[in-house]
Amino acid sequence: MRGVTKTFGAVVANNKVDLDIRRGEILSLLGENGSGKTTLMNMLSGIYFPDAGEILVNGKPVTIRSPKDAFDLGIGMIHQHFKLVDVLTATENILLGLHEKGTLNLKAAAEKITEICRKYGFVVDPNKKIYDMSVSEKQTVEIVKVLYRGANILILDEPTAVLTPQETRKLFDVMRNMKADGKAIVIITHKLHEVMEISDRVAVLRKGEYIGDVPTSETNPQKLTDMMVGRAVSLNIDRPDPVNRVKRLEIHNLSVRNVYGLRALDSVSFDVYGGEILGIAGISGCGQKELLEAIAGLQITESGSSIRFYPGETSESKELVGLSPLDIKKAGVGLSFVPEDRLGMGLVGAMDMTDNMMLRSYRNGRSAFADRKNPKKLAEQVIEQLEVVTPGVSTPVRRLSGGNVQKVLVGREIAASPKVLMTAYAVRGLDINTSYTIYNLLTEQKMQGVAVVYVGEDLDVLLELCDRILVLCSGKVNGIVDARTTTKEEVGLLMTNLRKEEIHE
Amino acid sequence: MINLFISAIVFGTVILYGALGEILTEKSGNLNLGVPGVMYLGGIAGLASAFAYEISTPNPIPAVCLLISFVCAFLAAALGGLIYSFLTITLRANQNVTGLTLTIFGGGVANFFGGALNTLAGGVGQISVATTSAAYRASLPLGSKLGWFGQIFLNHGFMVYLAIVLAILMHFFFNKTRMGLNLRAVGENPATADAAGINVTRYKYLATCIGAGISGLGGLYYTMDYIKGTWASEGTIEALGWLAVALVIFAVWRSLNAIWGSYLFGFLTWLYLYVPQIRAWLIGALHLDQDALQILNLTRSSQELFKMLPYLATILVLILVSMRKKRENQPPASLGLPYFREER
Repeated sequence: MRGVTKTFGAVVANNKVDLDIRRGEILSLLGENGSGKTTLMNMLSGIYFPDAGEILVNGKPVTIRSPKDAFDLGIGMIHQHFKLVDVLTATENILLGLHEKGTLNLKAAAEKITEICRKYGFVVDPNKKIYDMSVSEKQTVEIVKVLYRGANILILDEPTAVLTPQETRKLFDVMRNMKADGKAIVIITHKLHEVMEISDRVAVLRKGEYIGDVPTSETNPQKLTDMMVGRAVSLNIDRPDPVNRVKRLEIHNLSVRNVYGLRALDSVSFDVYGGEILGIAGISGCGQKELLEAIAGLQITESGSSIRFYPGETSESKELVGLSPLDIKKAGVGLSFVPEDRLGMGLVGAMDMTDNMMLRSYRNGRSAFADRKNPKKLAEQVIEQLEVVTPGVSTPVRRLSGGNVQKVLVGREIAASPKVLMTAYAVRGLDINTSYTIYNLLTEQKMQGVAVVYVGEDLDVLLELCDRILVLCSGKVNGIVDARTTTKEEVGLLMTNLRKEEIHE
Repeated sequence: MINLFISAIVFGTVILYGALGEILTEKSGNLNLGVPGVMYLGGIAGLASAFAYEISTPNPIPAVCLLISFVCAFLAAALGGLIYSFLTITLRANQNVTGLTLTIFGGGVANFFGGALNTLAGGVGQISVATTSAAYRASLPLGSKLGWFGQIFLNHGFMVYLAIVLAILMHFFFNKTRMGLNLRAVGENPATADAAGINVTRYKYLATCIGAGISGLGGLYYTMDYIKGTWASEGTIEALGWLAVALVIFAVWRSLNAIWGSYLFGFLTWLYLYVPQIRAWLIGALHLDQDALQILNLTRSSQELFKMLPYLATILVLILVSMRKKRENQPPASLGLPYFREER
């Protein structure tokens, strides 16, 4: 790619980027959120069309106007959000949009798919419907789809964000097999240890500009972060020891059924203490969401469940089960909930920052009119303290980038000075720098005596940030470990293998 | 009683065309609530073109009559689909609003020209396209001779059978061809289809326009066969058009289900007329008093209750389908949503 430029309105997503992709090599593309990595790759795969610059494949200048053009040139992209049709089978998804000769022959295609799987070492059932598949299986289908079309250049956009450590290892094995087969592979990821493990060369983008590339063997995570951010950044999460541990929540025998009548949470018992961060680990869909929502009063719990809240220093407590979210708030329980789906549950995308701040405060005061002044002040304060990049408080939240939306949400919840702060996937899709800002904010809250519950997917972060880690497996508590002494392998094992006997701290 | 089944098939066929067209449209993710309007357009275009041809020649040829009215009906209805496509696909207007508008528009246009044709022909009910109507109503000669079976199933014009063939072809198209697979992908997840190199806009336009054309044939069949080539502005086409929309849901977006579903709908629509006969038969069979079963002695208002039956059946199917929670029985996932590639 030579001098490639793409703008969206006034925003320059990529500015004169030069990038080489080589055969038989795994290239990592690094950059903060909004640095234009995905945009750049989307231009290779035909989703976007560059405003300027040229793209050469095997030395020949080419025009890529659509995904079809990209396939014809042997370029295939595995998107961060899978592009699969749920009600179709793996085979049908793989055949979509192909112009092979002859009638549709699903059997022959299924055989070819099995052949590809055998060659590179993955497992997929060609006749399984997508909606029956796990995230990792869906990703496999995506990769097979690209290979089926004869791609020689594969682009993977944050492929490990949704995988467990074990699944990631399998994916990396496959990637090495493909490399050995002479394919060119580009991987976009935020996780530096993965960059170090898998790639041969690293290219860095910052604010849409190409910074440079280095062979992986000649660099380290610290150097790469400095390149990405443009200045020296501390990569250590500061983890002070908990002070004044006070019991805030006592959860006993909590059970929740999901819409299908299955137990999403099965007799979960644990305590949450003020002044510490409790991490919650687990494969996605193991009850993390239900757990937080049950505490926030958004789930109907089974009888026998109990969530006791200790508001003060004494042993006085309140039962939260059966209260509505509003009652929980009225009872003086400061619960703040940062849900995983930020624009779905946390904020209203079409409203501006002031209005979103008001979602928490509009009931205050006695006047018939809502108070807009204080929420506006709060919004301005959040922008300043958390360095939110926005044209102003009156810009609809939806227009902000993912990281900034997250900051707005976390800022609002912290401003409510809660006793318990719950966050789910607070840094999902955020770059390193923003992630660390969020980590520091959470640690700050912890030092002020707030009980922080942190649901996360990156085990390295959980191990560094939290004081204790609770591991969920199929809706059960599969162990609570001390984050300072445990290992990634131990947690990973707890995530996947349900222990026979229940273990409580 | 045989008449009940014959009427069921006649009305069922009108509904079936409407529903088949709408299934094709909805499979591309477009929810076209303009089905009644499109059927109106098909009906009036078929009638007007046949009328124009028949008064321009002293001896109209049946085959030409058929061809002209069929093509005109299809094209006029497809044109309605094109308006809808342009508004919803290119301009990304709200699909519900656009569809409802198309229904009002189609009804208005058709009744306006229907009135004009009446005036031209010299009065209400004076329009005569005898040759065309006869061509549509021509049935197999042996149909009427094979007892009740022949009368019910073999004694219809060709469009009854064409609808069934079309339904089977559509089933084959969706499940066994590349284009069908691609179309389903467009309706389920246009971003995915786009990334797979499928031209989403083209598929949506084609499916919506051809779908509207097929729906329009329902209007044509109603005008030519059921009311024998005149124009009636009492709104039956509109009622049948809404039944077609309901049938799409009833058939859980499968064209083969639509075949029997449409006849069932036709049956339920006409049932009220035959309830007195059913009552008399029941009284005779069960040796009841002449005043028994007063509940089946329909007044005008209780007739209307019977006319609700197709909609009740649709609600019942919706309840059953949502209880079974099978993903295959759900509407296309992106139904009713606009698609814009560079939206972030």
